[in-house]
Amino acid sequence: MIVNIMSNSQKTPLYEDHVKLGARMVDFAGWIMPVQYESLKEEHFATRSNVGLFDVSHMGEIRVKGPKALDTLQWLTTNDVSKIEKGQAQYGLLPNDKGGLVDDIFVYCLEKDSDYLVCVNASNTDKDFAWMLAHNKGADIVNESSSWGQIAIQGPKAIELCDAIFSEKISLMNRNEIKVSTFKSFKIMIATTGYTGEKGCEVFIESAGTSTLWNALLAHPLDAKPVGLGARDSLRTEMKYSLYGHEIDDTTNPYEAGLGWAMKPAAKDFLNKAMIVSAKENGLKKKLIGFKMKDRGIPRQGYEIKTADGQKIGWVTSGTHSPTLDEPIGIAYVETAKSVENSEFFVDIRGKLVKACVVKTPFVMK
Amino acid sequence: MAFHIPEDFYYTKDHEWAQVDENIVTVGITEFAQDQLGEVVYVDLPEEGQKITQNQTFGVVESVKAVSDLYAPVSGTVIEINSALIDDPSSLNDDPNNEGWLVRIEMDSEKELANLMRSPEYKKLIAEK
Repeated sequence: MIVNIMSNSQKTPLYEDHVKLGARMVDFAGWIMPVQYESLKEEHFATRSNVGLFDVSHMGEIRVKGPKALDTLQWLTTNDVSKIEKGQAQYGLLPNDKGGLVDDIFVYCLEKDSDYLVCVNASNTDKDFAWMLAHNKGADIVNESSSWGQIAIQGPKAIELCDAIFSEKISLMNRNEIKVSTFKSFKIMIATTGYTGEKGCEVFIESAGTSTLWNALLAHPLDAKPVGLGARDSLRTEMKYSLYGHEIDDTTNPYEAGLGWAMKPAAKDFLNKAMIVSAKENGLKKKLIGFKMKDRGIPRQGYEIKTADGQKIGWVTSGTHSPTLDEPIGIAYVETAKSVENSEFFVDIRGKLVKACVVKTPFVMK
Repeated sequence: MAFHIPEDFYYTKDHEWAQVDENIVTVGITEFAQDQLGEVVYVDLPEEGQKITQNQTFGVVESVKAVSDLYAPVSGTVIEINSALIDDPSSLNDDPNNEGWLVRIEMDSEKELANLMRSPEYKKLIAEK
């Protein structure tokens, strides 16, 4: 069933496969994507207990090459890219010129100093590419997004499945690494990264090979399940992973978002460093926290966080019913004074103030 | 997928059904609606005695992914709610036409039934989706 599809939406190389599997297709960030196949909950549980397959071909891939590649990435991003060697991956942020963020990204080092792959959010690919070109320090920057399909393989059995399918053994790789290899005749890059909290990898593959790989993974007796965007979101929310447009956007101070670990201002200069760091030094006004409900109700993005007398002190960035915990969970910005564990506040759910309290995250320990 | 759309029910364009027994109207969501929603994890229903108005929201059903408002098929007074759904809303998915009923309403005016669809018209509506 296909609903609300924009006529100019793009299809991933797996579009036909999703339709054949009976997926419910929706428009997401200009892409026609599967939101669920049969059951969001079953897809969520399959990923937590066995292995799930995710079409993430909509993600953008931007290649940064040449003698000035490292210098350019050091200027464009907040993390210290000089710290990663060939075959390593690193999370980072692209600051904008207003103290907020253009995007959050993964940088993969293919050749030290001279060849990097930057994986960006689908909805931001064009914006990021334009931004990187506008602030280029002499690198060759190419948007390779249309050349690559991408499949995420995630779950406790993901490593076993990948070792059976690929010649490159991910059981021998550490977390946050990348290896260039082939699958049948197709060029691939296997990265031990993910967005679920589970073990596994994300495989970039030449677009033309994406469907062959997808079907080889599905056909394996380990019984991997295809997982749609619905469960991808509930899985990442249980881990309190940020999603651009929810926890972070073009106004977000990364320290308020709890992303200080991806900031390396002492190690290097980067775009708009002074403004971002001074906001921290002047004291953070709000913080991103995880919370659970004390009374009935499910928090959702955009709901306001209030005091008992109705004063607004924050807002919900993501909220859902956690399939793993079978209870509602939420992520919110709240005033710093209310951000410590066990602090109580209220979520305005359709005009009703429902009690909630700050909890430790991730919500689900892996 | 073939949905069971009982012929003796009335339907709203928002995918609620209404079963009329003299002036008492039982309300639920259709099989099409539960399929669209996915597994329902939360239901918010009005209090017994509450007045509700045709086409106005009277409650909410939520899946992991989405929040959906419930729209009243007729105006009237809520005389009973299906409180079993509060703790376990699974019958909204398993049996939305029977066990998963939401509320019973004492209808103000049966004239409002003229604003609702019968099953052939409703089947046509969901076939276009």
